[in-house]
Amino acid sequence: MPELIKVGMADLKAGKAPDSIISYGLGSCVGIALYDPQTKVGGLAHIMLPDSTQARATDNTAKFADTALPVLLDQVIALGGSRSRLTAKIAGGSQMFSFAQATDVMRIGDRNVEAVRTVLKALAIRLVAEDVGGNYGRTVELLLDSGAFVIKTVNKGENRL
Amino acid sequence: MEKEEVLSLSPMQLDALREIGNIGAGNAATALSQIINRKIDMSVPRLNILPLSEVPDVVGGADTMVAGVYLRVFGPAPSSILFLLPRDSAFSLVDMAMGRDNGTTDVLNAMDESALMEIGNILAGSFLNALSYFTKMTLLPSLPALAMDMAGAILSVILIQLGQVGDYALVIETEFATEANDVRGHFFLIPDPGSLGVILNTLGVNE
Repeated sequence: MPELIKVGMADLKAGKAPDSIISYGLGSCVGIALYDPQTKVGGLAHIMLPDSTQARATDNTAKFADTALPVLLDQVIALGGSRSRLTAKIAGGSQMFSFAQATDVMRIGDRNVEAVRTVLKALAIRLVAEDVGGNYGRTVELLLDSGAFVIKTVNKGENRL
Repeated sequence: MEKEEVLSLSPMQLDALREIGNIGAGNAATALSQIINRKIDMSVPRLNILPLSEVPDVVGGADTMVAGVYLRVFGPAPSSILFLLPRDSAFSLVDMAMGRDNGTTDVLNAMDESALMEIGNILAGSFLNALSYFTKMTLLPSLPALAMDMAGAILSVILIQLGQVGDYALVIETEFATEANDVRGHFFLIPDPGSLGVILNTLGVNE
């Protein structure tokens, strides 16, 4: 029986086909899916913040783009993924509320996306698709059978990356 | 590592916060009841200290469809106020506020959106009045902003701010409902990192 693996906020999990990995209701957070098409192994991280070096509470490595990705990478490799074959797809990073003066706090979605791109580049993982920005929430699911990254929204329909 | 502020509150501090929540929410419920001209039942405010990732469960899970009115609170204790309603409750509330038959609205037009934001504004204002009175601080709300989306996405705005300094949120939360139970909602006050100490100080319960 294929299982549906759930990833909460500031959380990450790896798995293999035929399972799939889902995370519900991303706003400014970013979902990062890693996938190896040959072994059909992958992982999903749901990060909240760009940078652990600027935060006071860093116990939970899954919370930050810079600390979550190396952990996710290790877990995917431990299940049989090959680092050289891994590709990444990302989604999220929206700005849910717009105010006249957008402060840095409000722009956190953009900063998260930017940080994820930078960390992927540093780890030499190819970013092959993204669905980011906007002002709406997303539920994201990584189908480990095919590697499709499915993004569901309330008003903008469904997008398959 | 230093223990997180919200995990080291004494019973007396928790009581003081709960009492503020109680009076603030009472004010807000009275205001709401006047807007829609119906009796409102209100729960005793819950003071929850929750892991950040569990906060969306309070309103039924991260993918629950809700309307959220969000306001920033300015002053010596910056905070966020979030007024969350399940989608159907938001529609009913708009029907009542606009004097339409219940069940008329199934999509919000610009006028309905302003009505919801204005209701959020009034609730926040009456809540802050009580808080200002007890703390002798001037606390002012920003203009309201509205989003209709998944609860997790809406709450992430607040949770991300808290995530920079901790893994737990202090949530002062009240549930209220009309007698017919056609409008239910949650009212959240979430102090910014650092604001909790300021509030406790002004209440004289910060040892």
